Order: sequence, then structure tokens, then C-alpha cells
Amino acid sequence: MKKITKFLILIAIIGFFNACVKDLDTVPTDPDVVTSGNAFDDPEAYTQFLAKCYLGLATGGNEGDGAGDIAGIDGGFSPYMRQYWYHQELTTDESIIAWEDQTIKDFHYQQWGTSDVFINAMYSRVIYQVSLVNEFLRQTEDDVLNERGVSSEWKTKITEYRLEARFLRAFSYWHGLDLFGGTIFVTENDPLGDPDFYPPRISAEEMFAFIESECIDVADKMMPARTNDYGRVDQVAAWTLLAKLYLNAEAYIGSPKYTECVTYSNKIIESSYALAPTWEQLFWANNDMDQSTMQEIIFPVRFDGMRTQTNGGTTFISNACIGGNMAAADYGFPGDNGGWGGTRVTPEFVAKFDENPSDARAVFFTDGQNLSIDDVNVFTDGYAYPKFVNYYIVDGEKINGSDGNFSDTDFPAFRLADVYLMYAEAVQRGGSGGTHDAIGLVNQLRSRAGVPDVSSLDLDFLLDERARELAWECHRRTDLIRFGKFSESDYVWQWKGNVKQGQSTDAKYNLFPIPASEINSNPTVPQNPGYINL
Amino acid sequence: MVKHLKSKLILLLVMMCFGTVTVFAQTGEVTGTVTDASDGTTLPGATIVVKGTVRGTVTDIDGKYSISVEPNTTLVFSFIGYEPQEVFVQPGTTVNIALLMQSTSLDEFVVIGYGVQKKKDATGSVAVVSTDDFNKGAITSPAGLITGKVAGVQVTSNSGAPGESSTIRIRGGSSLSASNDPLVVIDGVITSGEGGSGSRSALNALNPNDIETFTILKDASATAIYGSRASNGVILITTKKGASGDAMKLEYQGKFSFYEKPDPLDVLGSDEYVSVFKERHPDFDHMLGVWYDAEGHQVAANNRTETSTREIYNTDWQDEIYQSAFMMDHDLSILGDLEGLPYRVSLGYTDQDGTLKTSEFKRTTVAVSLNPTLFDDHLKLNVNLNGTFIKNRFANRSAIGAALQMDPTKPVTSNDGSFGGYYTWLGNSGGVNSMATSNPVALLEQNNDNSDANRFFGNFQADYKFHFLPDLHANINLAMDHSNNSGTRTVPNYAAWSYNEAQGGGMDNRYTGDNTNDLLDFYLNYKKDVESIESVFDVMAGYSWQHFAFNNTWDNNNIPIYLTPEGDSTGQSLIHNDGINSGEYYLVSFFGRFNYSFKDRYLFTATVRQDGTSRFSPDNRWGLFPAVALGWKINEEAFLQDSRTISQLKLRLGWGQTGQQNILDNYYEYQGRYSYGNQYSRYPFGSYYNYVIRPEGYNPNLKWETTTTTNIGLDYGFFNDRLYGSIEYYFRETTDLLSYVPVRQGTNLTNEIFQNIGELTNTGVEFSVNGRIISNEDMFWELGVNVTYNKNEVTMLYQDASIYTGGISGGVGNNIQVHEVGQPASSFYVYEQVYDEDGSPIQGLYVDRNDDGQINSDDKYVYENPNAPFYFGITNTFNYKDWSLFFAGRANFGNYVYNNAQSENATYDRLYRDEGPYAANILSSATMINFYTPQYMSDYFVQEASFFRMDDISLSYTFPNVIKDKLNIRLQATCNNAFVITDYEGLDPEVPNGIDNNLYPRSRVWVFGVNLQF
Repeated sequence: MKKITKFLILIAIIGFFNACVKDLDTVPTDPDVVTSGNAFDDPEAYTQFLAKCYLGLATGGNEGDGAGDIAGIDGGFSPYMRQYWYHQELTTDESIIAWEDQTIKDFHYQQWGTSDVFINAMYSRVIYQVSLVNEFLRQTEDDVLNERGVSSEWKTKITEYRLEARFLRAFSYWHGLDLFGGTIFVTENDPLGDPDFYPPRISAEEMFAFIESECIDVADKMMPARTNDYGRVDQVAAWTLLAKLYLNAEAYIGSPKYTECVTYSNKIIESSYALAPTWEQLFWANNDMDQSTMQEIIFPVRFDGMRTQTNGGTTFISNACIGGNMAAADYGFPGDNGGWGGTRVTPEFVAKFDENPSDARAVFFTDGQNLSIDDVNVFTDGYAYPKFVNYYIVDGEKINGSDGNFSDTDFPAFRLADVYLMYAEAVQRGGSGGTHDAIGLVNQLRSRAGVPDVSSLDLDFLLDERARELAWECHRRTDLIRFGKFSESDYVWQWKGNVKQGQSTDAKYNLFPIPASEINSNPTVPQNPGYINL
Repeated sequence: MVKHLKSKLILLLVMMCFGTVTVFAQTGEVTGTVTDASDGTTLPGATIVVKGTVRGTVTDIDGKYSISVEPNTTLVFSFIGYEPQEVFVQPGTTVNIALLMQSTSLDEFVVIGYGVQKKKDATGSVAVVSTDDFNKGAITSPAGLITGKVAGVQVTSNSGAPGESSTIRIRGGSSLSASNDPLVVIDGVITSGEGGSGSRSALNALNPNDIETFTILKDASATAIYGSRASNGVILITTKKGASGDAMKLEYQGKFSFYEKPDPLDVLGSDEYVSVFKERHPDFDHMLGVWYDAEGHQVAANNRTETSTREIYNTDWQDEIYQSAFMMDHDLSILGDLEGLPYRVSLGYTDQDGTLKTSEFKRTTVAVSLNPTLFDDHLKLNVNLNGTFIKNRFANRSAIGAALQMDPTKPVTSNDGSFGGYYTWLGNSGGVNSMATSNPVALLEQNNDNSDANRFFGNFQADYKFHFLPDLHANINLAMDHSNNSGTRTVPNYAAWSYNEAQGGGMDNRYTGDNTNDLLDFYLNYKKDVESIESVFDVMAGYSWQHFAFNNTWDNNNIPIYLTPEGDSTGQSLIHNDGINSGEYYLVSFFGRFNYSFKDRYLFTATVRQDGTSRFSPDNRWGLFPAVALGWKINEEAFLQDSRTISQLKLRLGWGQTGQQNILDNYYEYQGRYSYGNQYSRYPFGSYYNYVIRPEGYNPNLKWETTTTTNIGLDYGFFNDRLYGSIEYYFRETTDLLSYVPVRQGTNLTNEIFQNIGELTNTGVEFSVNGRIISNEDMFWELGVNVTYNKNEVTMLYQDASIYTGGISGGVGNNIQVHEVGQPASSFYVYEQVYDEDGSPIQGLYVDRNDDGQINSDDKYVYENPNAPFYFGITNTFNYKDWSLFFAGRANFGNYVYNNAQSENATYDRLYRDEGPYAANILSSATMINFYTPQYMSDYFVQEASFFRMDDISLSYTFPNVIKDKLNIRLQATCNNAFVITDYEGLDPEVPNGIDNNLYPRSRVWVFGVNLQF
């Protein structure tokens, strides 16, 4: 009897310890967090995941800019399009900024280093998008879906989702190619969380080829022009990416592909996308509601003051250029956070409108602003350029966006006017097979802006026309590099090279450096020419 | 010692049995002489008290005494510096007493993890601070009691805010991204280092007056029994308890404190401001003062007309936001032994106003402890129950920075009652100028931020000595620590600083937080004295289970604009954000200890703990933490045994490993998981706004951080321990540092993640000496000094990558610190300033350290760090008859501070800001530094901040036997934070984390205390 008691006690003790040890297997108790195992119990999660792949371009994280996707940078500074804007615009004649945030002025001075926090954030954003898409593709492979018993109806939807996700990955890899000359390369077939995996940095040629083949492949299968939900990409977006890739092929990989650019520009021009009746409405708060605007926008990055809230995107672009005698409320920001007094344009950019000061695209604010920038820190040195606004006008009535602080205005990442100009340039550069009148396309844009037609085209004119038409839409740095006018001395503007009158800079700045932290954690990654690893 | 206790207990039992008889007996005299046991000299001035009363007498010049007693009385003989003695006496007898000189604290028992030990048998680095040695004065946070008392322990109050907690560092921090806080164990209950919203640390929930001792375990041989949580040292706290046989004693302590108005930072006064402004920004002179239209309404400077008039005011904004403040503190405790049930009950109440207007702290504490012994001393029970109820009102601390920046030519109040009656900058459109400095007084007065924090913690502990084997003890401890907080923050909708024309202003935020911590531990302890081989064995083995959980909710709303200033919020709020945040984790542990002592001279200790945590994957969750230590009591050796000079000499050698798993709220970091986006992170497809789901970055390979400590210590005591102390050397190396660092891109789902990366070391020397310089009948003087040297160095980081940290105010995302290999953690990372011939810094000119012809982020370098390599503390007690003078001070040498207040506010371009536009004030030092724009990253602002701070000066007087031998009164006057000696230019050289910005100032406090004992 005693033995049995002892035995039972022993069993009880073992059972007790065992139960307690089992306590160590916990799962999140937070209602907003689920384990990977049951995240896709409801197939709606696939849509939500795809939405995240798009959202990665818009907000800083999962709670507006809170709960950030990437770390190492302030949440409001971290959003993709804000960083992309810094890299593409602050580095050029189109913009200069007054602020004291870390190394932000190094962009305009063209003197950034390898440990620059913004460059690191941009690089991280590119790879973050790639990683998101890779994970989406892993979670939507056929056998995974079958295992989860996903219905055939959903499978059809998901097939379409996968194409869009792959486009988004190609889009970010293209940024990586353009800014860094190519990044590391990972796909859904690479492992996750493996400390022994060192993702390789492939050559620019290989990166170019990957983006090209992905776009060609998805474009064939994607939905035709303007048949998808607004904001989701269709095949025209993939064509546009291809056209942009080909137009810059000489800069990217040293071999011209202007004919290919013409081929795809042709297809886009022939699609059902069409120019908006006026230029300014493209940058209004209702550019995702007014069909006459939406018909020009091939790929928007979408923002909403109430629901897609960020201090990046158009909230940043709009507010950063409100200061001095401007009242934020006049631009659709009557809230308590309007008017950040930062960005202006250089006098060299203003000069592009000298021939036609009444150009509808010359939306400078000059009251109390000096044309010349004596002091970079002073907002009133340099004209403000409130092109993106958080209001719209219907029947002469001005209506503000939905929120006093955050912009409703979508950012047109790709729009048709850009394709017209690309087409004209590719033809000008010798691309063949064009079926459209390049001069006519350019003049359509000019007449929309209320300036006289031109009768002939040359490359320098096209570069300037791109500046007038597309300023602050994140094309400028790429354009200047394509024309050989970004670094060095061919073209200088105020404060390029950190002197007021502007000066030549080193050619190495045509590419940004691979961030020091990336090289530290992955020493297999080669640095770009001219940059020295710390 | 044990024998002594036994005889006492017998005595007490006898007393209780005969207690009823004594009533009928006659009183009579007891006489005798009190002498020193060591040399037989008489002791004049020794006190003799009838136990359980305050009735007594003192010996005369010849050491003789006479006292009238009832039969069966116990007399307590005491003399400063000697062990008190209790003697059971009858009237009419002669009782001569020889008192033994006290051998200081070295003879005491100290609590160690899961047990107690004689201090002289301790092999680890253990420091004890008990009631008598605590700091005096206005101390609301328990950590304040031991500030500066112990070598190797740094206690820094986080600010001067009421109810503020303190940061405690033992021998420097051993972690980078994981917690550097020591483990706090209260009466055997391991507390969680974490608090939810509005909650404070477990330590702060304790009433300082309930604390009996702090025992600080510093090296791994002492702490390893706490395994995975012991890398930053362990603080064991015991609370006051009743003892068996105690007569009922009632004690009241009252403290009344006066906080002086804090010193301001030196900004430009109105007149000086006007002249500097006009010189620097002549075109914007119109920004000064306030413009009024013909009707007397304020108009924005840019909207002024011919008929507008201007008034220039003179406001000292810092003067407006600070105040002198009062605090009162009442404590009532009663302890005794209720028929074999020793008890203590205490009630505490603290009410403190902050020196920053509108801050308030009210705390009520209740503590009950019961410690009965049952079954013939075989079963000891300990029940501790603590309740703490805190009411906070938090001041809006952004007023501190705003008061530096607000233009002094503006008035506090507006003349037309708009915006709640506070002056507000207007923008060009005539509405609120949201970019301009907010009115500091409005920031305070229009902010109503309250929280209630209730905490209950308690434990039940049973220690059973087996009847059949009295050497074997079983100990079980059940504990819980539950807290719940709730708070509201409301701001009226007419407050200009929260004004939003589009959506309405104001704030109506609510939050709650629940934290629970449940603990069960059980251990067996066997102790055997085998005299035949002159050995003592002491073996312990146990098991522990602990569960932590938190659940926070929030519900934030604004107030629509269409309401009138007086109106209530009844409409639909336009901004609404609510949510829940929760998590839990478990720790399961097995532990054991083996103590062996040979000839009472050679000591050996080995401990081991195995911990399992739910924070890591099953493959990595178990960690084993061993430690061994040797002790040699050299003074017990034959050649020293008879020494009259050396009374204590003990060499201690220890080695051990401890762990770290506390990566704050990251409870599920090893698991793949998805999180939902909130309403602000939706993405539209067409016009449908999708909520999103995001895969989170995770690290399946996450594991324990391990700290290995080697410790060599020597405890010494001379002249019968009139002079005693210790000297120690330690070397601590942390490997597999848990750091939040960049992950190799493309291999995870985010760019930074917790990883086991890097190594750091702390090397140090500690020295302490305490001397009883004078000890005679009238005078007693004791002085204690401790000195610490600690060197912290990051020795390895993954791929040598630096980690940037230390966010500052000014710009966005600017970091001023770095963890870099070969440098102390959190070193400042700055540009090297270039100076002109006069030694003035040249704006924007830095040394091109990498010689590439450009100044960019690659030219920054490591320059100094916030941690003091040398620090020391001094405590002095001087008693003369019934007077007592106490002071305690502290110094840091070689610590540096980044003067963010100066880097942000001492530049001329702050005067006029064209975003807005508005005008702002600057620090007076701007005229010396002469920077036009901020130069945040210049090493100019990294400034040496060595200091000496006099924490307390206290004078007290005791009136013994005031009312018929029934009442003792002690009066005390204390000055806290009496003065600071430093060359540092900022407000206060003692800055947590080394970034000086908007620190809630610590002011000088005058405290008057009264202590009544019945």
C-alpha cells in the first residue's frame, strides 16, 4: 500500500512538472497577432496580405506610420515613397530642403556616405517589399493552398494576386537597380531565417534581365488596361515598367534598348488610358475618385487622410513645401500639423519656365520667397512649389481632403504623360517601330498646360519638358543620369556640391552606396565603385 | 547564535506562563554594574530598559545602576557599539552585566536566494543595507534609500517628478538591447521588471518605511541561483515584521517636505531678447510682442494694419511653469505578538505636489505581515500582504521645453478669453499657428492627465522542519503580484495646442493596464554539522514556476470642434483609436545549492539553476547557469586567531554564469506570426479599404544571453571591527548579447531584429571602508566611504557593425550614441568640432577624419560616454547625546552628457522661424557659442559632467521617555539634494542615459520629520 502511495505521488510529481514545462509553449494572446499556422484560416487573409504588399509603398507600418515595417529610422520618415522622393528629388535641381534631420542635406550637396541613415532606409524598403512578396508567393504556392483546402474560386483570385505581387517585386527591384546599380537578389525559393544564408548581390545585367523577364511574363497574364480595381495594377503597369527599364538601359547596363522602349510605349499609348483634361487635377485630393483624372494614372500609390495615414507620401510632399507666407489651410491642411517649411526649388528649375511663365505647371509660390537660395536653412530662400495639394475643385468650389493633417492625394508613380515623353525621347534617341507622332504627343501635353506647341524636338528640350511636366514625381535623378547631367560638371545648380553657385561632384554619386550595415552583415556584397567601406 | 535564540525563546515562554502571577507580586530594586566583557572596564551611560516599555535608567560614572522592577521582569541592557543583552530578573537582586562589543554587521544573517546565511560564511559578493543606514528625508522611492551606499551600485532618480522611479545599475550594464535592471525579490517574491501603461516598477509600489533590509547580490556566485534573470545583479528586500515575544509597539512617522522652486536654465530676458532679435533679424522686428487691432483683438503680426498697436510683454516662462511644492508623508505601524502570532500592520500615505505645476502624486499603502510558528517550532509561516493605491496626475512635460523656447515678449493670458484665456500664436490665416511654440502655461493647465495604479502583492510561505529529521526543511512559497492601472487624459477642445480646425481639438483618452505575476516555488534544504570531521554541509534543491501576463487597452478620442468652449463632449468624435495589447510568458526552473564548510575556515559553495523560458523555441529555451565559490576565513587560522588587530579577514573567489532573456515586451520573437494593421493602415482596392495582414520578422535561433563573472574579494575588519570593509575585483563578460540589430537583408521579414550578437565586458574594482571613529558614552561617529571603478567595453558585435542609439530632440531621427566595438556601450558618436584662434567653435566646420575631402556621416567618431568610470559615496553619522547628525553624498567622475537643451536652443536661427512664422527664445549661451543654425552632431555639446552631490544632511534630536516612560519622540530636519558641485553648464549633471533635454528638474528639499514611538 505504502509503495503504491509513493508511486502515485511520484507520478503526480512527474505529471505536475511536465504540465508546468508544457506551459513554456505559448502562443500570442494579443488579438491583433496570429501564428503563421492559422493566419490563413480565412482566405480573406490572402487579399489582406496582397493589400499589405501595396501598402508597403505607402505607410510606414501597420498603424499608420506606427508599428513600423522597418527599423533604424523614425516611423514618419520611413515610408517608401518619402525615401524614394528624397533620393530622386532632393539630389537634383528640383528640390532643396531646410531641415536638420540627420544627413538630409547631404542629398542635395551630393556628398552622402555609406552609413547614411536615409540611404539605408531606402535600401531596406526595397528589400522589405521584395521579402513581403517572396513570402506572399511562398504562402500561395499550389501545394500550400491545396493543403489548406482553399476553394477553386479563391485560387483563381490568388492566381491574379500572385501576378500583381510579382509586378510589385519587379517594381522595387527596378528601384534597387536604378538607385544602387542592383541590390542583393532573393526570391521565394530562398530560405527565411537561415543565419547561414548570404543573399548574393547579382550584377546589374542579371538584375535587369530578371526585371525584364518578370514583367514580360506577368504582363501577358495580367488583366487588361483599366479592368482591375483602381489602385491594383494591370498589364499596362508592367509595360510601363518595361518601357522605363529599356529607356534607361544604356545607363543601367551600357546597352541601348530604345527600340524596345518604343515597342512597349506604343502598346501603352494604344491602351485605354488617356490624358486627364487638366494638369493640376492630377495632384488633387480626388485623383482617385474623378474618372477623368484616373484615366491618366497607370499606377498610383494610394493615400487617404483617414484610412491610409502617413507622414510620408503626399502628406510629406505637400506639407514640406508649405511655409513662409503660405497658410497650410489654403492647401487643404487646416489641422494642427500643417506647413513644415522645408522644400523649395532651385532657381535653375524655375528658369525652365522662363519662356512661358504662364505655363499651368509653373505653380510657384513666390510671395515673400527669394528666387535665389542664399541660406539653405531658410525656407523663404527659393520658390515654393505647391504642386501636390490636399483639396480639389468641383464647379469652382474648393473642397478639402477628408483629414486636416493627412493627405488624400494619391501619388502617380506611373502616368500616361510620362509615357508620351518617354516615347518621344526613345524615338529621338533612335528607337524604331513607333507608330505615333512624337511631336504631336509632346504638344498634347504642352497645350494642356497652356503653352505654345513646338515644331521640333531635341533631347535637351525633352529633358526640360520632363522637368516641367513631371517635377516632384520621382523621375528627376534618373532623367539627369540618363542625360549625363546629374554628377560632375555638365550641369550644376545652386548648392550642388555644397557651394551656393553649385559645383562639379564625383561621378560615383550616380549610384548610391550599398549601406554600411548591409555590407557588415553580408560581407559577400560588393560595394559600388568609389565608395569606401568603413 | 542559534543557542542564544533558543534561550530567548524559552525565556519568553516562561514569561508568558507566569505573566498572570506577577500582578500580585511586590516591586523592588535591582542593582548592579555594567562592564565591557573584553577588558572588564565599567561602562558609564549604558541604558537599562524594562523590556516592552520605554521605562529605564542609565548607569552612572562608575557603571552602576539601580532600577525598580516588578517580579519576573526582563531588563534590556544596551550600550552603543555593544550587543544588547536581555536578563530575566527579580526584585532585590544584584545583576552584573558584561556587554560584548558588537562585531558590526559581519555577524548578522543575510538573506540569499532561497535561504539565509551568516554573513561571515558568505562566499559571494553580498552587501546589506538596513534601516539604520538608509538615507534620510523626502524619499518616496525605495531605491532612494540606498543611493550611494554600496560600492558598485548606482542609483539615479529618473527626474524630479513626484513619484518618479529610479534607475539602478549594478556593476555597469551587462546588456545592450535587453534589460539592464537588476532582479528585485521582495520577501522571496521575484518581481517582474516590466510595467504596463501608467504602471511603475514593483519596487516603487513598496512604501520605503516598510523596508527592513536591502541585500544586494553582486557577483555570479551569489546571483546564479536566480539563473536567467541575474546578470544585472539581484536586490533582495525584506520587509519589517513582528517578532515573537515583541510587546505591542505603535509608531508614527510624519514628514513634511518643502520643495524649492527649481533653478531655471539661463534664457534671454525680454529686454535682452528684443535687442538680440533686432540685431539678428531686423526685418522681422514686427514678430515681437503682440499686435492688437482697433477693437483690442489680437492679430497675427503679418496681418497687422496701420491702425494696429503693439504691446511688448516681459514674461519669464520658466518662472510661470515651476512652483515650490509641499509633500507630506504619514506612516503608522503597529507590531507585536498576539498570543504567539507575531504581526506587523502598517499604513502609509504620501501626498506630493510636483515642482512642475499640475503634477501630483498620492500614494496609500497597506502592509500586513504575520509570522506564526507552529508545531513546536517545526512549521514557520510567513504571510505578507501589500496593497498600494497610487493616484497620479502627470504634468505635460512638453511645457519644460516650451518654456525655454517661448518668446518672452508674449503674455501668459490673452485679453479676450480665446483659447481658454491663454495667449496663442496666430498664423497668417488668422487661426492657430500650429508650428509656433505652444503657450507653456496652457500646456500645463489645459492638460488633465490622471491615472490610478493599484497594486496588490503578497505571498504565503511555509517552512517545515521535518519531525523525524529536523535537519531537513521543506519550503514552499506561493506568491502573486497583480496590478491594474487605469488612466484618462482629457484636453478641452478649445486648447490651442491640440486645436485642429478640420477635426476638432481636444483629447479624451482612456487606457487600462493589467499585469499579473504568479509564482510558485518549492525547495528542500538539508543542513548537517558533522563535528567528527569538522564539516558543515548545507544542501538545497528546488523548483520554481512563474507566469507573467499583461493586458493593456486604450481608447483615444478627440472632441469635435462645433462644441462651445464651455460645452461638454456630446457629439461624435472624429478621431477614434482603440485597441488591446497583451502577452504572457512563463519561466520554469530547477535549482540547487551545495555549501560546505571545513573547520569553519574553508568555505565552498556551488549552485546551479536550469531555467526554461517560453520566449525561446523548444530547442533553445533551456539554459544552465552554474557557479562555484571558495572562501577562506584567514582570521580563523592559528597565526591570526589571537590577533587583537585583525578581527576579520576573508578571501573570496567566485566564478559563475548567469543569463538574460528579458527582451522587454517581445514575448514571441522566435515564432513566425502575422499581425493585423489598424484602421489607419488600410489600403484601397477600388474604393474598398482593405485591412492588412503582415508577416512579422522572427528569429527561431534566439537564445539566452550569458554573462560570466569572475570575482575576487577580500573582507576585512580591524580592531574588533571598529574599521571594516571590503575590496573586490570583478570581470564580467557577456556573450551572445541579445541585441536589436540589422538582420542580413533578404533573409528575414524586416530589417532589424533581436539576435544573439556580440560580446561586452565590464571590469571593475570596488572598495569600501567603514570606520567607527569615536564610540563612547556621549559621542559616536561613524564614517563610510565606497569607491567604484568600472570599465565597460563592447568587445564584439556581429560583423563589427555599429549600432546607433540615443535619439535626441531636434530634427527627426537624429541619434547621438553608438555601440561600437572597442568602445564603451552608448558612446557618443559625433563630429569633431573645429575651433578658431579664440577657442570659439566654428559653425559647420569639422575635422575630415577620413581625409576624403568631404564632411559626411563617415567622419563621425566616438567621443566619451555617459557612464562614470569612477564613482563614490560617503555616509557620515555623528551622534552626541540625544543629537544626531547624518549626511550622505555621492560623486561621479568622468561621466559626459550630451547637452541637448543647448544644442537645440542656443542658436540664432531659433529666434525667427519662417515655418509658421513665429519667434522663439534662445539660451543665453547662444551669444557665446555663436552658432546660427543647430549643429546637433558637434562634439562641442558633449560636455563633461563630473559632480559631487550632497544627497542628505539630516539633524535629529530624540526626547526619550516623554510621557511617563511611554513615549519617545524624535524630531528630524533634513535637507535633501542640498547642493551639487559641478562644472557642467546644463541644469543637472546627473542625466539618465546621458542626453540632457527637458529634464524635470530636481530641486532642493527641506524636510521636517517627527517620529513617535509608544
